[in-house]
Amino acid sequence: MLELVDIHKTFNLGTINEKKALNGVNLQLDEGDFVTVIGGNGAGKSTVLNAIAGVWPIDSGSILIDGINVTGLPEHKRASMLGRVFQDPMTGTTATMEIQENLALAARRGKRRGLSWGITKRERKEYHELLATLDLGLEDRMTSKVGLLSGGQRQALTLLMATLKKPKLLLLDEHTAALDPKTAAKVLALSDQIIEEHNLTAMMVTHNMRDAIVHGNRLIMMNEGKVILDIKGEEKKRLTVEDLLKKFEEVSGEEFANDKALLG
Amino acid sequence: MLSLVPVLGAFDPMSLVRALPGDVSQGLIWGIMSIGVYITYKILNFADLTVDGTMATGGAVAVMAILAGYPPVVAVALAFLAGMMAGFITGVLHTVFGIPDILAGILTQIALYSVNLNITGGRANQAVSVDQYNLIVSLRYISKTVIVTGIITIAIIAILYWFFGTEMGFTVRATGCNPNMSRAQGINISVAKVIALVFSNGLVGFAGGLLAQYQGNCDVNMGRGAIVIGLASVIIGEVLGEALFGNKLNFCGRLLFVVVGSIIYYVVINFVCLLGLPSIDLKLFSSIVVAVFLAVPYMKGKAKNSYRRAAKGGAR
Repeated sequence: MLELVDIHKTFNLGTINEKKALNGVNLQLDEGDFVTVIGGNGAGKSTVLNAIAGVWPIDSGSILIDGINVTGLPEHKRASMLGRVFQDPMTGTTATMEIQENLALAARRGKRRGLSWGITKRERKEYHELLATLDLGLEDRMTSKVGLLSGGQRQALTLLMATLKKPKLLLLDEHTAALDPKTAAKVLALSDQIIEEHNLTAMMVTHNMRDAIVHGNRLIMMNEGKVILDIKGEEKKRLTVEDLLKKFEEVSGEEFANDKALLG
Repeated sequence: MLSLVPVLGAFDPMSLVRALPGDVSQGLIWGIMSIGVYITYKILNFADLTVDGTMATGGAVAVMAILAGYPPVVAVALAFLAGMMAGFITGVLHTVFGIPDILAGILTQIALYSVNLNITGGRANQAVSVDQYNLIVSLRYISKTVIVTGIITIAIIAILYWFFGTEMGFTVRATGCNPNMSRAQGINISVAKVIALVFSNGLVGFAGGLLAQYQGNCDVNMGRGAIVIGLASVIIGEVLGEALFGNKLNFCGRLLFVVVGSIIYYVVINFVCLLGLPSIDLKLFSSIVVAVFLAVPYMKGKAKNSYRRAAKGGAR
């Protein structure tokens, strides 16, 4: 479903801020894979997701989604294949537009947008039922501006938007990091539910090792712009936080201290 | 204060009433321009300074077209097209060549000064007499002007209400609010920006075409400060509209209040002129009005959320 071949990306080439962000990333995802991505700060987790989404062009390598080479396509042309949820709840939705209008925007991802209505009557009904499944009461506030929603509500809405049209790949970039623990757990459970329901292929970046172990059928660890660990199937089920920490320690002693602290 | 007394003493309230129809017709024409400013400033979140040039372009094109024998209706249509072209240039400068929004607008605006003089055959102004041509609007026939521009304004608001409810209109609104999200939803934000700039400047050019007919000439300087008048209308309209209707104010209402803002602006300007403000100080006055209206919401927010207040709270 997704194939990354030897991806390289360096930011600010030739300046004092030069940063080799991706240093030969190879990865192959099968249909239905749900991969959690972990690694220290600057390991290249979010960068990989941005490379796949086409936020900027990569320096070398190739990206194939469902057999289609998208390496040369700009972000908005890849959007039809991807669903994305970001770390910042403000990023995924349009604050000045209504809840239902945001959903309508997402429903037209990858379609030509002409002069027909931006949202139809039939859609309103559909979205009403869809929002009801979130159990957040949003179905009764469909004409409210999204700017009035809380961070958790906005992330839940973004998730709905990202999966409204079944994406070939769902990219979750630390999408619960900005939420309080209770809300984060809710949004994570919702993510699981949606991914399972639609049998989506997904990548989820997280800083939380326990989440990375509990969710998904596969786990990769990144360090210095490379995938250094790829665990799937039975082996992943047996994985413990201690195993991961040990692995972390091996690759970088310094990161270890930070991430141990994170685990609390 | 003392110096004001003789001025006020000479003020005749009836003169204000007598000037009202003129203010309304002028406010309506500038209201159309202000709707153009609303599209870029409020919806696209793009401070477009092209409009100062576009206003004069619209006037120049309309007057020259009429002098060349085209019907005045065709002339304003051409003014609309000319404005769209100006907006397109600014859009390309910004989206293709990466020039920041304000600078892109200024570049087009300055270039238009030369373009406008070329349109008018190198003359700073060109007259078009209502005696010789059957103009759409004219300050000679104020009631006709008010009715015609009123109908045009309502039609424009209706069209924009429809447009911003379409899929394409949605892309412009989303781009203005959240470009990152828009790209992630497959919107080409460069196209959306150009669309908004083209329509906005089309309206401004159209308003320029009307204004030239109204005042009986086009002038290369007729658009100077147009952005300030546009912003003043947008802001006055917004403040008033929200004070009266709060959150119930929908998109149609907002556009309507932009026009109301423009009319109020001209009533106020006329009022201060009657009070004795020299006309050479008008632009100074306009800028101050806009600066105050822009500053008040910010200062209000700051007063609620200031370090000084925090320090006082901490000392408790």
